[in-house]
Amino acid sequence: MTEFTPLLSFGGGLLIGLAAVALMAVHGRIAGISGILAGVLTSRFDQEWAWRAAFLAGMVASPLVLLGVTGRLPEITVPSSPLLLVIGGFLTGVGVTFGSGCTSGHGVCGMSRLSVRSIMATMTFMATAVLTVFLVRHVFGG
Amino acid sequence: MRIVLAFAFGLLFGCGILISGMANPAKVLNFFDLAGTWDPSLAFVMGGALTVTAIGYQLVFRMGQPLRAPSFSLPSKQELDVRLLGGSAVFGVGWGLSGFCPGGLIPVLGIGMGAPLLTAVSIVAGILAARTAIRVTDNSYPAKA
Repeated sequence: MTEFTPLLSFGGGLLIGLAAVALMAVHGRIAGISGILAGVLTSRFDQEWAWRAAFLAGMVASPLVLLGVTGRLPEITVPSSPLLLVIGGFLTGVGVTFGSGCTSGHGVCGMSRLSVRSIMATMTFMATAVLTVFLVRHVFGG
Repeated sequence: MRIVLAFAFGLLFGCGILISGMANPAKVLNFFDLAGTWDPSLAFVMGGALTVTAIGYQLVFRMGQPLRAPSFSLPSKQELDVRLLGGSAVFGVGWGLSGFCPGGLIPVLGIGMGAPLLTAVSIVAGILAARTAIRVTDNSYPAKA
């Protein structure tokens, strides 16, 4: 069981939205994390590479800043086995590349623009994630 | 200045992810577990993020031009295709197995455990493998967004 946290989750969501709006206002860019990550991995070391790397560095630094401000870190529990993390991670990398985005790019930024592609993509990955967890937990009894 | 601002926005985004619970695989997997230990919290993350972004984007697009870039870079593609839906379906399976989506994972790398690093390496391998596969079969890839 995990604790139901509607207020914290809503508040965190507001910050995510604020960051996405700021990145669009200043850099004119979608805050899609898989796209930003792929850009850092595969593009030349130019101005575009630099803002993407800086954005990711800010994300990696965020727990330290949160610890400094609030004095504690949020709870992180990883229920999946290393094998599932490897398979799941690989499928995630393949899927976001073919699907042109993930939860942030399609789910937040694309759906906010009422993009039909993003709405359909989000409904699709949410559905297969629910199905996968159902199979892992209730059919194969993980 | 663009770099400093991008770092600050990444920081803000990461703090939002951590506070919201999106970085906690136990919480993410429970959100998907409708038939078991369902935790609906993450619907509230989406609610908060979509509210701000939907309104904020409308205001920002009225500026006509971003503050530190020549134009807004928005995907122009409209039509649905097998690549979009198939890829998204595969992503959902991966997310359901690990509990980490890319945005949820990156902030956890700053906390430093073995599991997020293992997942990150696997995601990177998947991205590179898929890009290679697409490039081999499609000369127009990567299309400029």
